[in-house]
Amino acid sequence: MEEMLREYLPILVFLAVAIGLGAILILAAAVLAVRNPDPEKVSAYECGFNAFDDARMKFDVRFYLVSILFIIFDLEIAFLFPWAVSFKDVSMVGFWSMMVFLGVLTIGFAYEWKKGALEWQ
Amino acid sequence: MAEFFTTTGTGIALLILGQILLIVVPLLVALAFLMYADRKIWAAVQMRRGPNVVGFYGLLQSFADFGKYILKEIVVPAGADRAVFFLAPMISLVMALVAWAVIPFNDGWVLSDINVAILFVFAVSSLEVYGVIMGGWASNSKYPFLGSLRSAAQMISYEVSLGLIIIGVIISTGSMNFSGIVNAQDGNLGLLNWYWLPHFPMMILFFISALAETNRPPFDLPEAESELVAGYQVEYSSTPFLLFMIGELVAVVLMCALISLLFLGGWLSPIPGLPDGIFWMIAKIGLVFFFFSMIKAITPRYRYDQLMRLGWKVFLPFSLVWVVFVAFAAKFDWFWGAFARWSTGS
Repeated sequence: MEEMLREYLPILVFLAVAIGLGAILILAAAVLAVRNPDPEKVSAYECGFNAFDDARMKFDVRFYLVSILFIIFDLEIAFLFPWAVSFKDVSMVGFWSMMVFLGVLTIGFAYEWKKGALEWQ
Repeated sequence: MAEFFTTTGTGIALLILGQILLIVVPLLVALAFLMYADRKIWAAVQMRRGPNVVGFYGLLQSFADFGKYILKEIVVPAGADRAVFFLAPMISLVMALVAWAVIPFNDGWVLSDINVAILFVFAVSSLEVYGVIMGGWASNSKYPFLGSLRSAAQMISYEVSLGLIIIGVIISTGSMNFSGIVNAQDGNLGLLNWYWLPHFPMMILFFISALAETNRPPFDLPEAESELVAGYQVEYSSTPFLLFMIGELVAVVLMCALISLLFLGGWLSPIPGLPDGIFWMIAKIGLVFFFFSMIKAITPRYRYDQLMRLGWKVFLPFSLVWVVFVAFAAKFDWFWGAFARWSTGS
């Protein structure tokens, strides 16, 4: 616990310092700069038009698909990290089972590719 | 005196604070000059002069810009979610800065010597996506919204290949600690011992993925001004915009530092016999940053579908195959053990 604290406490302090820095910068402009909003200035930018409708509109489902794919592959990487770091101690069984795991993933990847989940038009 | 800094609570807190300032202050000052260098290089490639008014040869340009930002009005668009609107640039800056807590600048010169350092950097840099997507959503404007969606999709796509490349390096090293990785690249052949040689294709891939991950040209699609004006930053002004810019640039320099540590031997000297030290680390970061600037100057912007195709259909399969290749090479000792360097690492 003591060891853990010694290693991670500086990161927490660093986080606080970074937040402080950002807050000071935003506050500096809030204090120093003039504030003079009018309805034209604060209206949403839309190339000179008035906004037609709400900006939080429907969007392409592909963005959602990309994030799903990302979760799958990032999870795979998360599985690979401990295997990679203890690679020298991993036995032949461990080595080959990871190869099988990667093979299964590659089949899934090929299926996605074939189904057109990676296409953008 | 030394006891005060290691035993008492206040002493330890002061010591940590001092170390953090020792990282953050030089980093931010260096950032000002890197920004200037970036613009000068860009200008030189296009046969322009670049900034040359403020200070000698325009050296103080970034500081003048900084003053200008602070004196500008903060415009909050009508209908914006105020809390999220200000939180987004904060996240962007904080997450970019915090990753530096685990980056070593010399042997043992590291704020927090955790054994999962790479994982920490990887985790923190993926959190940066939140700054982008929150900024785009909170603005309540169409361009930022579309820009943030694109940007988020782009960042997460390239993160997958970044992760796989890092796995390859970890297999070669057997350590997730940056000092361990750099020490594993030490040897009596100087720069021929570094990982750029066996992992050469991956260094190139890492470099390109880093460009995409930090939204730098030629992958600056979220800011494609011809179609999306400035992406998620459209509605931002004054210091919130500055925070986005600093965050982006800190992330770029972080990627330069990562390339230096993972592939270019960190603080190790390229020529056997010369002393190792922090100046090598700084020189390598500067060199990689120079390539970042050059790429910005000489390449045209990608189209979005090309970008996604490159990420998912080229980089991902290639880095996946490379991980398998490195695993085989390390396990069965191919290439005279070039891929299995854990005996020399910590």
